[in-house]
Amino acid sequence: MGFPLLSPSYCCGSQPSPPIFHGLLRFKPVTSLRKPSSQKRQLCQSGRASKILAYYGLTTPPYELDALEPYMSQRTLELHWGKHHRDYVDSLNKQLAKNPLYGHTMEELIKVTYNNGNPLPEFNNAAQVWNHDFFWESMQPGGGKLPQGGLLQQIEKDFDSFSNFRDKFVESAMTLFGSGWVWLVLRTEEKRLSVVRTSNAMCPLIWGDIPIIGLDMWEHAYYLDYKEENVRAIC
Amino acid sequence: MHGVSLPFSFACGVRSSSIRASPRSFLWPTPNERRKVRCALITAQFELKRPPYPLDSLEPHMSRKTVEHHWGRHHRSHVDGLNAQIAGTQLEEMELEDVVIASYNKGSPLPPFVHAAQVWNHDFFWQSMKPGGGGKPSGKLMELIERDFGSFERMLKEFREAASAQFGSGWAWLAYKANRLDVGNAVNPCPSEKDNKLVIAKTPNAVNPLVWDYSPLLAIDVWEHAYYLDYENRRADYVSIFIEKLVSWDIVSSRLDIAMARAAERAREDERRRQEDDVEITNSEAVEMYVDSDNNSESE
Repeated sequence: MGFPLLSPSYCCGSQPSPPIFHGLLRFKPVTSLRKPSSQKRQLCQSGRASKILAYYGLTTPPYELDALEPYMSQRTLELHWGKHHRDYVDSLNKQLAKNPLYGHTMEELIKVTYNNGNPLPEFNNAAQVWNHDFFWESMQPGGGKLPQGGLLQQIEKDFDSFSNFRDKFVESAMTLFGSGWVWLVLRTEEKRLSVVRTSNAMCPLIWGDIPIIGLDMWEHAYYLDYKEENVRAIC
Repeated sequence: MHGVSLPFSFACGVRSSSIRASPRSFLWPTPNERRKVRCALITAQFELKRPPYPLDSLEPHMSRKTVEHHWGRHHRSHVDGLNAQIAGTQLEEMELEDVVIASYNKGSPLPPFVHAAQVWNHDFFWQSMKPGGGGKPSGKLMELIERDFGSFERMLKEFREAASAQFGSGWAWLAYKANRLDVGNAVNPCPSEKDNKLVIAKTPNAVNPLVWDYSPLLAIDVWEHAYYLDYENRRADYVSIFIEKLVSWDIVSSRLDIAMARAAERAREDERRRQEDDVEITNSEAVEMYVDSDNNSESE
């Protein structure tokens, strides 16, 4: 099986990093975006033993950086996505250059680097890249309101009502101490929806559950807009 | 000045410091017990201590807005939370440090730990800074820094690295570590001052080096709320400014003096206890340490 000889423009990840953002950037719709899950390979042209490198790219949120105003300011998005999320991607790529864990999708990489509870140094970065990708996709301009169809039915089945679920979700987020995430997950074994909390970079993929919604409760996600009044941010 | 006030002192005729429950032997009440006791008046409360300088005096390195939110909201909510949680329990009668250690519960923290530790940590943090801070330490502190890290710059480098590497929320510390085990029969046969070292540590969330029996000397809060308004994501810049412009080395030095005195006192106590044990053994009925093998080999 031969690998295509790729031009240098692919070496830097599945998509080139956008220039420093401002409100004028346009983003593609979500459909084509699972790019960080794939990796590109580069064969050394000189025919020496091939060096396989895996890089991950910074996905862009499927909306403009000011599209979530007034609930999440443009400045927050610029920092959160453009600095924090980008830092995780860059740091992960730097680590992978030294310790090539190649051949993985992002989800697989998280499980591999979690290393059954003894996480490798790459874990924090890998998990945070995935978590943030998921977070941006969990939101949309004009979002909120009620879910529809099968999701609403399942929520009503597993939480008795949507407002029960909402209360549980808010309470979970409010009582999280330190940095972490709150999730609505589908528990694969029990086959029901559940609200779970994780610390730091932990992600429910680790234990095989399927995340449906992710909320970043690290202070950087809400501090500029809400400071310590995180209940308003969550609602 | 331990920050405990007795607003309802008429209800409790004894000052809290005289009812010092041992930090290691207390009972965390069951929910039913707590409900019953909560009807009693609260007799001792922790106060929110003000930083020892006006809230705007750390400008431009730490803005007034940051200090107002950090001290006035975050720190205050921990004090209120702590008072609510320990009401009616034995912890109410303890000094704050003892509450921290007791509620840490040797690694299985009880509910009050988070608030107790964060109250202590934040008090410590505000006192670690002063307007016009920075510069270099001197005297014994500088001597130990150079002994244990090689140079002041090396120590700062380690401190910066610890502060940056703390993933998520937490704290970075310079601490004085006395080489002591909290186990009754562990005795250092040749104790010396050189066993006690300065160390850099980082801790997650609310944990602090008191729980490891270290003596903290300096702390920096690396929870994002401590720097986000002023430095956004640039934690490294915040840490640098903290070191260069805010640290009060005088306070750190005085903490070191207290820590060294405490370590020396405890070493003396250990030595005294060891000598008492030796005397006990000597004075007791003759204890046969060695079986006389000749007796065994003889018959009858």
